[in-house]
Amino acid sequence: MLKMHELSIAQEIILAVEQEALKRHLTTVAEIKLKIGALAGVDPESLNFGFEASTLGTPLEKTKLNIEWINVKGKCRTCGRSISIDDLIFLCPNCDSADIEILQGEELDIEYLIAG
Amino acid sequence: MNQKIAIEKKVLSENDRLAKQIRVRLMEHNVIALNLVSSPGSGKTSLLEKTLGALNERLDIALIAGDVQTENDANRLVNAGGKIVRPIVTGGACHLDAKMVGRALEEIDLAAVKILFIENVGNLVCPSSYDLGENMKVVLISATEGDDKPLKYPAMFRRSSVMVVNKIDLIGLSDFDLKRVRENALSINPELKIFEISCRTGEGLESWFDWLLNLSEHLSKT
Repeated sequence: MLKMHELSIAQEIILAVEQEALKRHLTTVAEIKLKIGALAGVDPESLNFGFEASTLGTPLEKTKLNIEWINVKGKCRTCGRSISIDDLIFLCPNCDSADIEILQGEELDIEYLIAG
Repeated sequence: MNQKIAIEKKVLSENDRLAKQIRVRLMEHNVIALNLVSSPGSGKTSLLEKTLGALNERLDIALIAGDVQTENDANRLVNAGGKIVRPIVTGGACHLDAKMVGRALEEIDLAAVKILFIENVGNLVCPSSYDLGENMKVVLISATEGDDKPLKYPAMFRRSSVMVVNKIDLIGLSDFDLKRVRENALSINPELKIFEISCRTGEGLESWFDWLLNLSEHLSKT
């Protein structure tokens, strides 16, 4: 199931990049820089696998994925403390409040492309 | 020299764009849309059958039933009295996306609809990434699954507004612990509204029906 999910995400990346390449008249894309948050539910290894499988025999065949993994960070709305949420438990270690604002960790973004 | 081109776009921006269009359309027609998600077999279709049985005369209900193969769920909903039912057969995609839902909505007269239920493909992973234009996600889990499910699928439970625990008539036949699943779910998402039901015996369903009736009233006023 994980591989199928990353396969569909890989295909979305390919579609988005193909659109950008068309818009900007790029013939080749050397690298796609991605930001993937720990909460996005996407496994980087499976994503690479899915991307390679989907680009075989296409103009993006030699394109590399550069994946930046973003850990979950939040801010407690009750006491204002900034917290790292590594175990995905959304409770403030300072005041025990569950009212946490997520500051980062949900990204599934294309940051930039490197043409050429 | 290799040229770096800033994109700064979500991977799913196209889906998000289509989902936004759907959201606008639904709001224009005062339609409430609920995206039902769960692992396969938790009871999404059963819950919708029971909902139709109780509320079909009181609320204008439309249903979109998605599956990888077959229109079995859509057929069950028609047999349960569903007057507006559209199937989506993905043929392989493990989730519904906004494009598919948008297409299905073209075949529905939204002026005649109060609540739209979108029954997603049985899967707790992929559907969490794909916005369908819904008002909220309702995540189902059954008492024959592990009570640590919310911890294993934090993205989905965090993005849902409601959790329905089904098959509570089977508690005791496995190690599933109701208190533990509540605690686990609330640790991931403290805002989750929780219903505990059995589609088979009917236990707990009245609260679900009342909530749906109030939802439609509450959203009509805004």
